[in-house]
Amino acid sequence: MSKGLKTALGLLLTGIMLFPVYWMINVSLTRDQDMRKSPPDLFPSHVTLEGYRAVVDQQLPYLGTSLVIGLGTVALTVALAAPAGYALAKLRPRGGGIMSFVLLAAQMIPGIIMAMGFYAIYLQLGLLQTVPGLIVADSTLAVPFAVLIFTAFMSGIPGELLQAARTDGAGPLRTFWSIVLPMSRNAVVTVSLFAFLWSWSDFIFASTLAGGGAHEPITLGIYHYIGNNNQQWNAIMATAVVASLPAAVILVLAQRYVAAGVTAGAVKD
Amino acid sequence: MSQTTQVPRPRTDSKGAAPEAGRRPASPQWAAWAFLAPVTLYLVLFYAYPLYRNLDLSLRNYTVRSFVQGDAPFTGLANYRRVFEDPTFAPALLHTVVFTGVCLVFQYAIGLALAVFFNQNFRLSATLRALFLVPWLLPLIVSASTWSWMLNSDSGIVNAVLHAVGIGPVNWLTSPSWSLTSVIIANIWIGVPFNLVVLYSGLQSIPGSLYEAAAIDGAGSWRRFWSITFPLLRPVSAITLLLGLVYTLKVFDIIWIMTKGGPADSSTTFATWSYQLGFGNLLPAFGPGAAVGNLLVVAALVFGLVYVRVQRKQALS
Repeated sequence: MSKGLKTALGLLLTGIMLFPVYWMINVSLTRDQDMRKSPPDLFPSHVTLEGYRAVVDQQLPYLGTSLVIGLGTVALTVALAAPAGYALAKLRPRGGGIMSFVLLAAQMIPGIIMAMGFYAIYLQLGLLQTVPGLIVADSTLAVPFAVLIFTAFMSGIPGELLQAARTDGAGPLRTFWSIVLPMSRNAVVTVSLFAFLWSWSDFIFASTLAGGGAHEPITLGIYHYIGNNNQQWNAIMATAVVASLPAAVILVLAQRYVAAGVTAGAVKD
Repeated sequence: MSQTTQVPRPRTDSKGAAPEAGRRPASPQWAAWAFLAPVTLYLVLFYAYPLYRNLDLSLRNYTVRSFVQGDAPFTGLANYRRVFEDPTFAPALLHTVVFTGVCLVFQYAIGLALAVFFNQNFRLSATLRALFLVPWLLPLIVSASTWSWMLNSDSGIVNAVLHAVGIGPVNWLTSPSWSLTSVIIANIWIGVPFNLVVLYSGLQSIPGSLYEAAAIDGAGSWRRFWSITFPLLRPVSAITLLLGLVYTLKVFDIIWIMTKGGPADSSTTFATWSYQLGFGNLLPAFGPGAAVGNLLVVAALVFGLVYVRVQRKQALS
């Protein structure tokens, strides 16, 4: 097969794979009266922004809540995971191996289990339907992964450098803050991106812990839309397009971090 | 974690620590554990405790009232017995096995085919490969609602295409014989990118000289795939499939959003059944819901342990 032909086949396959994404955008721009047309229009022949107007009118509070929760999750995750990664990578704590194992196992626990446990606890503490409650719950999606990413990354920082800092009289805290953390910028970026994305996309914690409250994230905004309002698919799909923007931004700006995050550790290097 | 296929965790290695290995630790243990303390406390409070609460839920007879007051009577394994005798148990088990198995096979096969294809470095191959990540990055609610509309019986594009080639409409989401197929299709779509990316990076580590030697010996591309690519990719394949297994077992969002496990439990799995029991009805059955969930945890952890073992073995070899 010639190279040109391969590129053509590659474009075709990518087109098929991304068709649902195209369809989401297409439907988001379709007028209500064309929605039930048979066969459906392959291109939006009469483009309408009604759907997006509905997003601006009805979904902004949900988007704002998701943004706040996402940023909170990022902050909490990095604050917890970076020091832990440093300790596991460089300070050789006794029991570090067990800690790494626990972190691995933690990621295998199904979300529904965590949600039910959190529900029982939050009910007693009065944290249901609160923003901090959801931030803590969402952070469990990212913290174990983040510690392992930081550990892997910080292991690559040359030991001589830390030794030199120690010789100059810097304690562990100083070394961490002034040398290890600045050198781990890429790991911070990777962790932050995934923590934000997972928290932004979370549905199960949102529906169990935040459902019906004053602070519902965008995933619930869409879910309510599907439930209540199932005629207005242009509005539903427009919201879906807007909810996909963080994923798009991450793909465009930080693609190499994404691939690094996906493959980290799954493959022996 | 949210998400169907989530990111795999990195292998913790200690490459960089090697130069220090011979000396006595310059920082005392207390410093190491001071840095680990926050995350340890966090794991206890927000992992161990919810898990404990969940176990406790499954061993007591909770009602809404006793849930709030915390005085539910201890009933031992009654919730588990109730779950095993429930008419939903057998279908849920069957659907979980079918869903997981079919998704894994297709995600892996499609992912591998695409990885081999993209490994041939043609123009735009890197860009197109990056675009393949999109389904994996999208929030599951977005994917699920898009697929719901595409599979809509009357106005969906899928039935329109089928109609164009002369096949009658299929009630993808509303017919009990198709609902499981529908959620499987959507989940395969979401899982392919993960398989593609991991298998692709596995392919990259197979030396090109092997293929050249095989080509000189006259091996065709089909032969080269089965004699070189597939055997050498076995360790990566094992890791990909095991991780995929653990993540597919706990898929909840896609199924719940598309079909709520219905109609008539025709697409319910342990994950959706657990949610259904705990949160899906007006009268929540937290005890049985937690019991179903705990069965799922056990399954996930068993395969998780297999995964850790395989990974350790590979790291040593």
